[in-house]
Amino acid sequence: MSDTEIADIEAVPIRRSTRWHIAVFLAPAFLVYTAVMILPLIETLRLSLFNTVEGQLAFVGLGNFKVLFSDPRLSADFWNALGNNVIFFIIHMLVQNPVGIAIAAMLSLPGLRFAAFYRSAIFVPTLLSFVIVGFIWKLILSPIWGIAPGLMDLVGLKSFFAPWLGKPDTALITVSLISVWQYVGIPMMLIYAALLNIPDEVLEAAECDGITGWSQFWKIKLPLILPSIGIVSVLTFVGNFNAFDLIYTVQGALAGPNGSTDILGTLLYRTFFGFQNQMGDRSMGATIAAVMFLIILAGVSLYLFVIQRRMRRYQF
Amino acid sequence: MTRILKGMLFATTVLAPAGLVHAADAQLTIESWRNDDLAIWQEKIIPAFEAKNPGIKVSFAPMAPTEYNSAVNAKLEAGTAGDLITCRPFDLSLAMFQKGQLAPLSDLPGMENFSDVAKSAWTTDDGKTSFCVPMASVIHGFIYNKKAFEEAGVKVPKTEEEFFAVLEKFKKDGNYIPLAMGTKDQWEAATMGYYNIGPNYWKGEEGRKALISGKEKLTDAQWVEPYKALAKWKPYLGDGFEAQTYPDSQNLFTLGRAAIYPAGSWEIAPFKAQADFEMGAFPPPVKKAGDTCYISDHNDIGLGLNAKGKNQEAAKKFLAWVASPEFAELYANSLPGFFSLNSKPVKMTDDLAQEFVSWRQNCKTTIRPSAAIVGRGQPNLDLEMWRVSANVINGTQTPEQAAAETQKGLDSWYKPAK
Repeated sequence: MSDTEIADIEAVPIRRSTRWHIAVFLAPAFLVYTAVMILPLIETLRLSLFNTVEGQLAFVGLGNFKVLFSDPRLSADFWNALGNNVIFFIIHMLVQNPVGIAIAAMLSLPGLRFAAFYRSAIFVPTLLSFVIVGFIWKLILSPIWGIAPGLMDLVGLKSFFAPWLGKPDTALITVSLISVWQYVGIPMMLIYAALLNIPDEVLEAAECDGITGWSQFWKIKLPLILPSIGIVSVLTFVGNFNAFDLIYTVQGALAGPNGSTDILGTLLYRTFFGFQNQMGDRSMGATIAAVMFLIILAGVSLYLFVIQRRMRRYQF
Repeated sequence: MTRILKGMLFATTVLAPAGLVHAADAQLTIESWRNDDLAIWQEKIIPAFEAKNPGIKVSFAPMAPTEYNSAVNAKLEAGTAGDLITCRPFDLSLAMFQKGQLAPLSDLPGMENFSDVAKSAWTTDDGKTSFCVPMASVIHGFIYNKKAFEEAGVKVPKTEEEFFAVLEKFKKDGNYIPLAMGTKDQWEAATMGYYNIGPNYWKGEEGRKALISGKEKLTDAQWVEPYKALAKWKPYLGDGFEAQTYPDSQNLFTLGRAAIYPAGSWEIAPFKAQADFEMGAFPPPVKKAGDTCYISDHNDIGLGLNAKGKNQEAAKKFLAWVASPEFAELYANSLPGFFSLNSKPVKMTDDLAQEFVSWRQNCKTTIRPSAAIVGRGQPNLDLEMWRVSANVINGTQTPEQAAAETQKGLDSWYKPAK
């Protein structure tokens, strides 16, 4: 039934007083969101099309993007950062999400003792400030004051200890795993909620058909929580390509050693705000920000328009 | 819509605090990156000035050193910077002056107290106009633990050979980490490493000027050799030095766990406050006994006048005071390790600071090679040297590769005047 049908039957439409309250209630959130998110975003995208020419800000079209992709130094930095960012994302997808799902699956087992405690304990790091997390891990892994070398010594693994954060081959993996440790609570919570949503009748019916244990997880539960896994993946993607804070606290703005932990966020920071003797370049910074925005937009669109539509949903 | 919104934001953020300021005293704000010195400015330096100049209130507003340059530039462009701007040496401040953000100060009373060398860091390329009052320079060298040296029975090294012999002795004894330095923060590797020992190889000013004029290249032997020496430091650094940060190194030394600390003189005050053992200092060792020694005596800090500041008169009064011998003595003794550039000799009470400054008599002084003229472009030579110096010590790059990379970066924008 639609409005047009009503209009056809009764020639005079129903007069409803203007619903001001909707606008009034939306206004605060809309104003704040516009002021702190939408306007800066538009302004950044606009700035990426401008650059200083002879001391004046002038419209250069896609000139900044051309420079970003053709200048040997900038493009090398950019591809290095993008490559590292992809590795950062892959590690999250391979470690954080499977571990999150596994923990959620174990927590949802009936009869697990202290389930509430485990759930909270695993979720707490997510609530901690990244400054605290970065600093704690820097201390734990410090070869001088850290407890990691001592603990590994206790179990006879001292020879495997290395200053992981200071070596180009291991720094990025180490930082990624710190981030995984911090955020593993989020996939766990979302998947846990999805698992609890599966009606008992379905599981009981499966048991009647002789599907229990692991095969129950693979054949019944996993298909039912796929939409949640999809959401978790998108959240991880957006979070990883916007990441900056943890790398900045653990490795500093230079994202060393030798740029091996440099991701798009830290590259943007150094370009936009400058670092030590390198001056900030607002236009190039905005250009990198625009590219990041486009990458994230492309990723999210791919999910929304291609993957999510093909996903099968089950109604109970 | 946008305009109304912007108006509302503007009204609540910018206008509101403006109404709260009362205009009784001339209020001066000093922009600075020396956040370590906040207490000394607030407790010693500013009260000394305010006592003599009633009606002028001064506040010291420092920020994080790595963010200072870009933040103060943004403030100057937006017109919200304080009246007094702490000047980085050479190219950075020069750029501010050329944009008309810093006022010329050549005829400020008190500027005659400084030699041309002292003013060189804040003077136009033609040498005609100065735009910051020189405040202090820092000297590089090595600070050592006297107790550790006595225990190991070694003497202060004068040549490179002796230096490595001392390090070897400490390594064999195993009681102390021979050298307290890490490469995680990168800048120590260049600032306390390459810039510290380098002048002995490239012959100080001679090499620096030849680099600027294009007669020498960073790939020449005298510029590669310091990297080779740095690479030899690796076995003498502490376990896991790759992940050792600057504060880690400072703590290792002041806790008495390391024997030698590659230093800048700015460490003197904090080290004196924390270490409970006797400390000494020695200049970067020369190659052969009897060689002329060169030290990095880097003009580091000056104070300039914001050309668009509101309280020009009061600010000039403050600057004239900064140029006076009275300030020089107060500053040099409150912050031992920041050596006055004032021509009138300053009496310093700190023995370690005196040791550093005594090298000026026998050694030739120079400044950091990446600071002037060759530090103007992109990629920034200073940051490049941080990175490759750290790589060389980590062993991930050979000295030759490091030199070639910095020269390539320099070639991409710098054309020496023929």
